[in-house]
Amino acid sequence: MPFIVFLVFIALLVIWAVASYNRLVSLRNQVLNGWKQIDVQLKRRHDLIPNLVNAVRGSMDFERDTLTAVMEARAKAMAATSPADAAQKEGQLTQALGRLIAVAENYPQLKSNENVKMLQEELSGTENKVGFARQFYNDIATKFNTSQQVFPTNIFAGMFGFKSAELFEITDEADRAVPAVDLSRR
Amino acid sequence: MNLYEQQSANRHKTWLIMFAFVAFLFVLGLGFDAFYLGDLGGYVPIGSILALAVGSVSAIVSYYTGDKAVLLATGATPIADVAASASDADKLKLRQLDNIVDEMSIAAGLPRPRVYIVPDPDPNAFATGRGPEHSSIAVTRGLLDALDREELQGVVAHEMSHIRNLDVRLMTIVAALVGSVALIADWSSRGMQWGGGSRRSSRDRDSGGGGVAAIIFLVIWIIAIILAPLIAQTLAMMVSRKREFLADASGAELTRNPVGLASALEKIESSVAPTQAINRGSAHLCIADPLGRQVNLKEGFWSDLFASHPPMRARIAALKEMAFQAAPKG
Repeated sequence: MPFIVFLVFIALLVIWAVASYNRLVSLRNQVLNGWKQIDVQLKRRHDLIPNLVNAVRGSMDFERDTLTAVMEARAKAMAATSPADAAQKEGQLTQALGRLIAVAENYPQLKSNENVKMLQEELSGTENKVGFARQFYNDIATKFNTSQQVFPTNIFAGMFGFKSAELFEITDEADRAVPAVDLSRR
Repeated sequence: MNLYEQQSANRHKTWLIMFAFVAFLFVLGLGFDAFYLGDLGGYVPIGSILALAVGSVSAIVSYYTGDKAVLLATGATPIADVAASASDADKLKLRQLDNIVDEMSIAAGLPRPRVYIVPDPDPNAFATGRGPEHSSIAVTRGLLDALDREELQGVVAHEMSHIRNLDVRLMTIVAALVGSVALIADWSSRGMQWGGGSRRSSRDRDSGGGGVAAIIFLVIWIIAIILAPLIAQTLAMMVSRKREFLADASGAELTRNPVGLASALEKIESSVAPTQAINRGSAHLCIADPLGRQVNLKEGFWSDLFASHPPMRARIAALKEMAFQAAPKG
């Protein structure tokens, strides 16, 4: 009798371990997929930027610095390797773009240009998509990390080689600050 | 209630409604047999068999094509077709909507729904479909013109929540079947007037026996016919009220910006004209009641029973409270 109880106990333990393992695997895949989503949107943004820069270049000739800053930030962001690295460099690119858009507001001929408007919409759309992809990624990554770290899953999560997912966060205090731009001025 | 509970509740309710619909038709069929063919079992029960077949087929067809029927009924056009013949300013707005739908499907982690424009000047929106892989979001022309980007985002997020928690499946089947119940009830009551003469002659021939059963079925049948539209109407509304609050909340969770949806609702509320393009049968699908009924403004038992949407003021207040709690303290 005690032997049967012991067997049942072992069987339950195995079932639990298998279920937890499968859950972790499916979460890990969701995390990877979430990261890919961010990647897709980031790439889209990188592709859009040259179009925007070309569209405004003619009218903003003497704002060279702003335009170069955007292109440089783009090049750096494209070379990013890890989530943390990308998060930081994308943050800088977002700032540079924000400055460009703010400066472009000062040019009436740009503001009324349908092409520029469309590009701006595309850009803010892509920016939002990056933001929401990041939000989704962080949510799912947090879920993944939590289910690894809770007791008793934490005992064997490490044995099977599960690692915590890195969150896509803005870590630099300077990046976190909103660029001070007065849009009301013409 | 969490997401999974909502989803499974919606799955169950969809089955229940499809089953109830088939059962309702079956009772009508039984009544037809008892009424027109005399004693039960004396003849082949053509009515019941036919009703069962028609009921099952139309329930299944409604499940798979209900969204198309709803879209067709509102005159919705795919966004690509609208954009093809739009002015430059319009193109920008349509492109914006397209982007917003992309954003929200990314935020919800769902495949992108199809986007439709309903040619109606009153601001309103609805989602339909049978699940995240087969779903559509439709907004009226008026909504597109009246709202800014942030507000539009709030509305799309609200609709995306309806898709994610499978509200669309239940709502669409209700729209498709409620519409047909109303139609059947209409036909049946007309058939009764028309069949009056034959009933009298058949009773003369009748010697009793199965007569009692026939009368019982006749009573049930009449009750079913009288109550059907009422039941259908109540059902359509009961499925909707709590859902709107839930979709508002989870929509705000997607955008992390409750104020956008709140101000969208304020704009939608301020336009009093009813949405002409959307009829009674699909009213419960919309973000705001397209019929502009007074009952929606009140809270309480009767309103809960008959109103399809919670009071707009309560929804806006709830969203603003969310925004207040989320705001950084200090």
